[in-house]
Amino acid sequence: MTDRFAQRFAACRNQGRSALITFVTAGDPTAADSAAILDALVEGGADIIELGMPFTDPMADGPAIELANLRSLGSGTTTADILAIATAFRGRHPDIPLVLMGYANPMLARGAEWFAAQAKAAGVDGVICVDIPPEEDREIGPALRAAGIDLIRLATPTTDAARLPAVLDGAGGFLYHVSVAGITGKQQAQLTHIEHAVAKLKAATDLPVAVGFGVRTPEQAAAIGRVADGVVVGSAIVDIVGSHGDKAAPFVRDFVASLRAAMTAREHAA
Amino acid sequence: MTDTITLPNSLRSQPDERGHFGAFGGRYVAETLMPLILDLEKEYRAAKADPAFEEEFQTLLKHYVGRPNPLYYAGRLTEALRKNAPAGKGAKIYLKREELNHTGAHKINNCIGQILLAKRMGKTKIIAETGAGQHGVATATVAALFGLPCTIFMGAKDVERQKPNVFRMKLLGAEVHAVTSGSQTLKDAMNDALRHWVSNVHDTFYIIGTAAGPHPYPELVRDFQSVIGKEIRAQMLEAEGRLPDMLIAPVGGGSNAIGMFHPFLDDSDVAMVGVEAAGEGLDGKHAASLAGGASGILHGNRTYLLQDEDGQITEAHSISAGLDYPGIGPEHSWLHEIGRVDYVPVTDKEALASFQKLSSLEGIIPALESAHAVAAAERIAPTLDADKIVVVNLSGRGDKDIFTVAEALEVEI
Ligand SMILES: Cc1ncc(COP(=O)(O)O)c(C=O)c1O
Repeated sequence: MTDRFAQRFAACRNQGRSALITFVTAGDPTAADSAAILDALVEGGADIIELGMPFTDPMADGPAIELANLRSLGSGTTTADILAIATAFRGRHPDIPLVLMGYANPMLARGAEWFAAQAKAAGVDGVICVDIPPEEDREIGPALRAAGIDLIRLATPTTDAARLPAVLDGAGGFLYHVSVAGITGKQQAQLTHIEHAVAKLKAATDLPVAVGFGVRTPEQAAAIGRVADGVVVGSAIVDIVGSHGDKAAPFVRDFVASLRAAMTAREHAA
Repeated sequence: MTDTITLPNSLRSQPDERGHFGAFGGRYVAETLMPLILDLEKEYRAAKADPAFEEEFQTLLKHYVGRPNPLYYAGRLTEALRKNAPAGKGAKIYLKREELNHTGAHKINNCIGQILLAKRMGKTKIIAETGAGQHGVATATVAALFGLPCTIFMGAKDVERQKPNVFRMKLLGAEVHAVTSGSQTLKDAMNDALRHWVSNVHDTFYIIGTAAGPHPYPELVRDFQSVIGKEIRAQMLEAEGRLPDMLIAPVGGGSNAIGMFHPFLDDSDVAMVGVEAAGEGLDGKHAASLAGGASGILHGNRTYLLQDEDGQITEAHSISAGLDYPGIGPEHSWLHEIGRVDYVPVTDKEALASFQKLSSLEGIIPALESAHAVAAAERIAPTLDADKIVVVNLSGRGDKDIFTVAEALEVEI
């Protein structure tokens, strides 16, 4: 089986740019709207898709994504719906890496093996489980790796050098650097801090390093793209879905296109 | 060593070094919090080994909290239950008077311990979650005592329902942050407290109010609350020259119950009953995580949770705000699975009846949480021989509940 992450990061590198990774919550505002919104991400130029699995208690998320979770669950989105959304996406987009991101309880409700098998069957490439740190890896890590799904780990400003090897042990896909000690959607870290952190992470791993949390504008995405292999944008897109609901797709596409344009302009600037 | 699984020699040696009580507990937090949790554990180990820490804790418990509080023989309740019991039946009922503590509940024991830890770690800001406001008041109290700024996260619905406690917290100098996310109750207050903490880890200490959350919280809260069981042990030996036959405590997150039970876990002749809030009944809306839930992960630990088949957390209901939580501390999940403690449900209606009964028979108005334990005692004591001894943890006083009770009884005050 081909490694969509490696291929995609290599392709971006060859184009002299960093990968644009976009997040939306599955089933927001309803499960029926997700296909159009996901397609809009791809049309806008997203390289990798993070599909959020809604949870009633998203403790690591700020108001934007929390509201998206509640909108989705409020409209009745189930785990089966999310897997169907992923399966259909994979059918339409055979080459775009797809990540499921969410919390342990919905992922493990029917057991880690069940979840890993279903995600695999749906064409998912990677999983981010926010509340499973390396210390609790055995809850989900072995099942995912056995199914051939990458477990994408987070490194944060509080992850020191002594801890980093534990974070990297069993990690796959790419390393997600959370640039601020906080929740999603908050203020952005200083670029010099990000640059420094990414350099340290890259010295410790061969995995591509993507930076997220607090990236909201094309300018920020472009600046971070200069120092990292990937840039993750979530809350800013989720806010657009929140404002435009079932009519969000064209707005999402245009916004993502503006991010992508800014990140690509780098080539010419250099 | 062979690798056959054996029960530990002592039931008091949990959790293991990874914070697990059997299959429960653990540290299910975002990476940002993980280093802090590890740091807290290290500091807690050091504090536990430091006689000066213990001495300061004991001094405050004695002179500020007012411990030891009495173990009181509830003679009129005992006799009233014997009247309707078969001949020779009707156990003696004692009440552990946690409601006489400063701030009116057991919550303060834990708050004293944790603020001493905060001080030791050099943290300068305090946060806490609260449901009914009891833990919020206790936290605001110790923050005032130590001169530290304090923010209490409280669901917007609870802010509305518990106005007197909101005002108390403000008088004590705390800022009360009304949480408008989710169901706007205790679990959401805890989510927002965790969100705040993750963004302010450098200077902020989170005083969790029950024996739940990521390791080491369930352990340290239990240890601080164990003063309850240790006192009962000494007081019962003095009063009756022997250990009690049964301990009964209400279980929300489970801090007063584990504090009562833990010192007795290895005394196999001491039976234990944890009382879960059955709300409208187990087939209606309730807060009985063990009786009506399944194992899952929330708020940093694996434990029994009220949830649907997709792992979404469902809303709890109890007339008692302090029991109105969809989870339970992980050590209780473990004690339930190994069968050491028996967990029983008590409904809103039963608790209301016991609230009134204890008030009129003993002149003690119990917290609605505690009234659940009294109701269980009323059910169980008449089935035991008259020479048996039951201790009920009267975890708090009921002044905070008079509005709720009046409303439930359709009385205007
Ligand atoms: C008086 C009283 N008892 C019991 C509880 C339940 O908490 P826990 O199970 O942690 O003791 C509370 C919580 O607010 C309380 O105020």
